[in-house]
Amino acid sequence: MLLSIDNVTKSYPGSGAGPVLRGVSLTLGAGETLALTGESGSGKSTLLHLAGALDRPDSGRIALDGTDYAGLDDTGRAALRRDRIALVFQQFNLVPSLTVAQNLSLHARLAGRHDPARLAALTERLGLSGLERRYPEQLSGGQQQRVAIGRALAARPRLLLADEPTGNLDETTGEAVLALMLELVAETGTALLLVTHSERIAARLSRRAHLSNGRIT
Amino acid sequence: MTGAALHTLLSHWRRHPLQLFTLLAGLALATALWSAVQAINAQARASYAQAAAQIGANAMDRLEPADGAMIPLDTYVALRRAGWLVTPVLEGRARLGGEKLTVIGVDPVTHPSLPALDDAAGALSPADLIGPPGRVFARPDTARRIAGLPGMPPVIASDEVPPGAVLTDIAVAERLLGQRGQLSRLLLLPDQPRGLRRLAEIAPELERVAPTARSEIARLTDSFHLNLTAFGLLSFAVGLFIVHGTVGLAFEQRRQMFRTLRALGLPMRRLIAVTLAEIAGAALLAGLAGLALGYLVAAALLPDVAATLRGLYGAPVDGGLSLRPAWVLSGLGMAFVGAFIAGGQALWRLRSLPILAAPGARTWAVGAARNARLQATVGAALILAGWLVLALAGGLIAGFVFLAGLLLGSALLLPAALGLVVGGAERLARGPVTEWVWADMRAQLPGLSLALMALLLALAANIGVGTMVKSFRLTFTGWLDQRLVSELYVTARDDAQGAEIAAWLAPRVDAVLPIRSVERRISGMPVFVYGIIDHPTYRAHWPLLQADPDAWDRVARGEAVLVSEQFARRTGRWTGATVALAPDWRLPVAGVYSDYGNPTGQMILSLPALLAHVGAVPNRRFGIRIAPDRVPGLAEALRRRFDLPEDAIVDQAEIKARSLAIFDKTFFITGALNALTLGVAGFAILTSLLTLWSRRLPQLAPVWALGLTRARLMRLEVARSAALAGLTAVVALPLGLVLAWALLAIINVEAFGWRLPMHLFPIDWLRLAVLALVAASVAAVISARRLVRASPSTLLAVFSNER
Repeated sequence: MLLSIDNVTKSYPGSGAGPVLRGVSLTLGAGETLALTGESGSGKSTLLHLAGALDRPDSGRIALDGTDYAGLDDTGRAALRRDRIALVFQQFNLVPSLTVAQNLSLHARLAGRHDPARLAALTERLGLSGLERRYPEQLSGGQQQRVAIGRALAARPRLLLADEPTGNLDETTGEAVLALMLELVAETGTALLLVTHSERIAARLSRRAHLSNGRIT
Repeated sequence: MTGAALHTLLSHWRRHPLQLFTLLAGLALATALWSAVQAINAQARASYAQAAAQIGANAMDRLEPADGAMIPLDTYVALRRAGWLVTPVLEGRARLGGEKLTVIGVDPVTHPSLPALDDAAGALSPADLIGPPGRVFARPDTARRIAGLPGMPPVIASDEVPPGAVLTDIAVAERLLGQRGQLSRLLLLPDQPRGLRRLAEIAPELERVAPTARSEIARLTDSFHLNLTAFGLLSFAVGLFIVHGTVGLAFEQRRQMFRTLRALGLPMRRLIAVTLAEIAGAALLAGLAGLALGYLVAAALLPDVAATLRGLYGAPVDGGLSLRPAWVLSGLGMAFVGAFIAGGQALWRLRSLPILAAPGARTWAVGAARNARLQATVGAALILAGWLVLALAGGLIAGFVFLAGLLLGSALLLPAALGLVVGGAERLARGPVTEWVWADMRAQLPGLSLALMALLLALAANIGVGTMVKSFRLTFTGWLDQRLVSELYVTARDDAQGAEIAAWLAPRVDAVLPIRSVERRISGMPVFVYGIIDHPTYRAHWPLLQADPDAWDRVARGEAVLVSEQFARRTGRWTGATVALAPDWRLPVAGVYSDYGNPTGQMILSLPALLAHVGAVPNRRFGIRIAPDRVPGLAEALRRRFDLPEDAIVDQAEIKARSLAIFDKTFFITGALNALTLGVAGFAILTSLLTLWSRRLPQLAPVWALGLTRARLMRLEVARSAALAGLTAVVALPLGLVLAWALLAIINVEAFGWRLPMHLFPIDWLRLAVLALVAASVAAVISARRLVRASPSTLLAVFSNER
């Protein structure tokens, strides 16, 4: 099993609300795609952040490829994110001062896996050829999200975590971006955990899990 | 990984070249002004050390009278007869060829090796040096000026003589100084024979003094250099405000970049290390640029500073600047320290930056506004701490600590004070646009506060230092009018001609006032003792600060002395105290007078009394009282009758003009640093407005969309900027006046030994306020021009993107 989430709980002290996650368990195999659905505030993004080693659970166990997150310090968690995980956010999170080409290669370069030929092919597949020297502010929303996906996949991660990747895009553009992402994930054998509140998008993935009130239902 | 992270961080600067320029320019300016001051100080100190080495003053123990008086020749002879290996030195100041020079007389036969004499050894025999007419060694420029003067032996140019000094045989020095049979000190030669009679038995008045690493000049000029250092630090601080603002803004703009890098797996430690490397790189670049600029500033200012030090202290400072490795290293060190101080807060925030915090939730401006209260509290505490140090410790250092606390504390209080004023105006505002203008000004305050703080410091420094210098000049001018009452001043070639001139003048003029003095060390301080005749001129004009009612009568009877303020302050001998002029000659102090611009002490007493106690008092200079319309005729007659050179007869107006020229030169560097600091503050405003501009468009676009024209918005921008500068100028005025008071009442007294009355110059304040308004308006126009030029689509795009 690639990703294993076992009986995880998480709460935010001082928020006034109860636990966001109440004993969530989930697994994801290599190359598998899983849609995590749920209403706003159900804990989808929190679970994604925990899976991405961006935050720590209150209890429970999370492991990637057998590596237990609990045993990792900040540097170890950073190394995990750098080498085996990639993230795609709803807000794109591109570096505004880097060009498209530089943004695309950023994660791969951080991980020490920069492959210009592979990046060129990926750029072509993403329909970003000719835009390499532009800056993010000069791109449309759909183009920016394609750069974010390219940045994630260029690093050849084992696990891709996507948080509402089409949430900021219109329906047509969102559909195109999603299709491309699923295609590339399938080609590279990357496992995908995608957070969405759209039933239509969830239906496009091989598995789905629904979060409600902090529990998988 | 590190390379990719560094590349990503640096990409921000590529996209914001103006911000990069601001960062580097701010740091370079700060380093430049600091380094310039340090270069000047280092050059001066090196000159003092070199001068000490050139006259062999820093290698051997010496014998000096404990009371600072001169050593009679008999004492020297007695020591030599007793087997002591000592060599005599006579040193004093004399006016040669129109300028005051330090005359150093040595015995070339017994004195240890001197570089100037060694250089000439091939061409001259010892007999040439010690036999008549003797030789005088001086630097080439001095040699040119004094060669051929009446009574001057052949002058040999040598670079091995300190600037402002001449080196010669002791017999020639006696003649030039008009001091016969007296010595300043005896140097103890190495390898003294064993079993000598004790010094206390032969010359109990002498004490053995070990050589010190620092010469007397170095100690005398300490306060001058401390003043310069303080000004350098102020300029440095003003520059750092720019850097701090830029680094803070860059941090805010890159907050999302930092989070993304962290999310992509860059460890926090590595991120901090890379950010540190980025700051270090900026410090290196800016430091090198600052050093180059500082060198140029120092080279431009040094000749005038050297002239000041020579005029004020008789300090030998070379006008040329040399590059010292220690200076380069310390300049770069300051650039690094400054960069890390300015970037420290940003680094601290980066350290605790969570990966997942909502972007833009806490902007720099909001953070600064939240910190305003804490900042104001710290500011008040700093002012209070400064007061306490001054009240409890006193002294020059405490004076500077007080000033530092006052300036920094007031700067920290400024945002809160401006916030109160603007908030009050907002509450009183009527009408939607006026309300918006004030509300927007309040919102803008945190972003502009650093630039406004820099402006406050620069304005206060200008008001304070300007008031001090002008008060000083006004007092000095009045003092010159009192002191220089004689219509004509004459210098004879020698004592014989002096007596001849006095006799010739007596029936032709209202009064001949001899100017006769000897140099003594009294209470450990070099003092010129003047003998005066009893004449109404002195009683009517002498600038007494305090005196007994019958002071002049007692002075005339030879029963008391009047001492200068510097002497009184340094030795603590005010009216009523007693001064020991010689072991067997003590006189009470009957009064104290001001004597501005004189580094040495001075006292006046009755000429007959002086002549009775001191054998040889030169009789070459006279002040002549005569009706002003007769001055040109008399001067001409004197020249013809006695064949006197042009500069031997000087009228009152010329001496006053010369004195004022020296005065103005003294404060030239202060004025220059003042102007540079104000320039840096103006630059701070401009750069703040320019860097903040990217955040201004989203704030202005909605108002534009609501119907205000771009031209009107631009006018409002300029008015807002000018209003903030104006408010800052209003706060700077009282601060500047307190600064002036501290400079006049604390720093000057400690540094120079005189206290001056404070005068107020409202026209100057107005001029400075207008300058601040113009600077702020120009800065606002430069940045707001973009608003007028922006197309509606740009405004809409910015509006939609940012909102």
